[in-house]
Amino acid sequence: MERIPILRMGSCLLVTIQVDMHDQLALTLQDDLTQRIVRDKARGVLMDISSLDVVDSFIGRMISNIAAMSRILDAQTVVVGMQPAVAITLVELGLDLKGVRTALNVEKGMSLLQAAA
Amino acid sequence: MVRLRRRVRERAVAIGLSLVDQTKIVTAASELGRNTIQYGGGGQARISVAVNGTARGLSLQFADQGPGIADIELALTDGFTTGDGLGLGLSGARRLCDEFEIQSQPGQGTRVTIVRWKPF
Amino acid sequence: MKEQEKMGLAAIIRNNEADILAEWIREQAAGQKRKDPIQEVEARRVSKEFLAASVEAMNSGASVEGREWDRVRDILSELSASRAAQGFSPSETARFVFSLKQPVFTRLRSELERDPKAFAEQVWLATTLIDNLGLFTMEAYQKSREGVIQRQQRELLELSTPVVQLWDDILALPLIGTLDSGRTQVVMESLLEKIVSTGASIAIIDITGVPTVDTLVAQHLMKTVAAARLMGADCIISGIRPQIAQTIVHLGVDLSAVTTKASLGDAFAVALKRTGLKVSREAD
Repeated sequence: MERIPILRMGSCLLVTIQVDMHDQLALTLQDDLTQRIVRDKARGVLMDISSLDVVDSFIGRMISNIAAMSRILDAQTVVVGMQPAVAITLVELGLDLKGVRTALNVEKGMSLLQAAA
Repeated sequence: MVRLRRRVRERAVAIGLSLVDQTKIVTAASELGRNTIQYGGGGQARISVAVNGTARGLSLQFADQGPGIADIELALTDGFTTGDGLGLGLSGARRLCDEFEIQSQPGQGTRVTIVRWKPF
Repeated sequence: MKEQEKMGLAAIIRNNEADILAEWIREQAAGQKRKDPIQEVEARRVSKEFLAASVEAMNSGASVEGREWDRVRDILSELSASRAAQGFSPSETARFVFSLKQPVFTRLRSELERDPKAFAEQVWLATTLIDNLGLFTMEAYQKSREGVIQRQQRELLELSTPVVQLWDDILALPLIGTLDSGRTQVVMESLLEKIVSTGASIAIIDITGVPTVDTLVAQHLMKTVAAARLMGADCIISGIRPQIAQTIVHLGVDLSAVTTKASLGDAFAVALKRTGLKVSREAD
């Protein structure tokens, strides 16, 4: 079964989502990530969604869930690279991703995570 | 679902919708398509070009023979969900489209039609 | 009853197609001030297409508002758009349709001269049909012109997007003049694009030069701020004059989540601080 690769960078985990995920893949990612946070004792999770040109309420919820679960496991989550069209659509959709920190790109996201750690 | 999004995106690009408008209708399609599968037990999605005089648009129709919706007004409020979703599917899709029409009755399935017009 | 009438007209047109076409094209050219061989070839092609599509639609017996006439309308829309782009006037463009009357009437008379009642009915039918399509052509022309103007406005706006990069991480968008919904949307979208392309973390939206703000514009502003935040950038709104502040409160727009400053300068100072920068005087 295909999975989204999770890379380890220091005390942080980097997830780059490059495909339009079907629902099952998203759920698998949630599970994988939670396990890896514990296994690697990660303090931060960086989700790069710069390749996603659609984010619907399902993916939005996945992102919120990941942020919430990480927080419980004492890790910070930062989502980076949201495309303008996606941001505009999410606002219109009414999805506010509360509790999810965002940054423009991986570089800024990493400095956010490092500052928080 | 992925295929649905891709097909809608292709058609949206084909009729020349702007990137933001494309994203909006693909996202709306994703919401409604998921509803059809989750609550309607699967159904059909139809993509067509809408014409109104000289205006052009993309029209999508989602139909299922599921249990139907008893209280449509309630279903259209933000946050209402009978599953474990966010409850933004119907109301969100409505906000994302220029036209939104829903027909549903308990025991008679549901049909939702949306249109995104192309401004000049 | 109506179906048979229409089919009578359709059959007559079909049987005399070549003649009608030839005469029609002559009529079209008669009203035109410019003679252009390429234009003529094109006109011949469109006329043939239009006639064929019209006959087909007439054979379906449907009224002219029906879907059966979509193809005919498409042809007219395309024609209007192309003539509008070429600088033809609305009446020159509509002439395409109206000039079809004479050739059709001539054929109707020769075919139906022994049946005055049928002749009257068919003439009436042909007239209303052609008038209808002629009016549609004028409207299509109108819309096409409006479309061109709107497109040009949009392009101008995008080209002249007044987003200024004040510093590495800081953008400023000074808005000037009355904002309408459409313009605001374009400008806001390009602000978000600029945020991505410059990698700025703060965008200052200055509305000192905006006399009034209505609900729609206020909403667009709020949506843009929300979208920017989702992308990882913050917005500061500066230059809110007392009248606008009142309007915003009256409209019930919630600005509590947004930082607001009186002047662009103040906003810049806040932005600098947030990005960890400081302006200091050089000791001389």
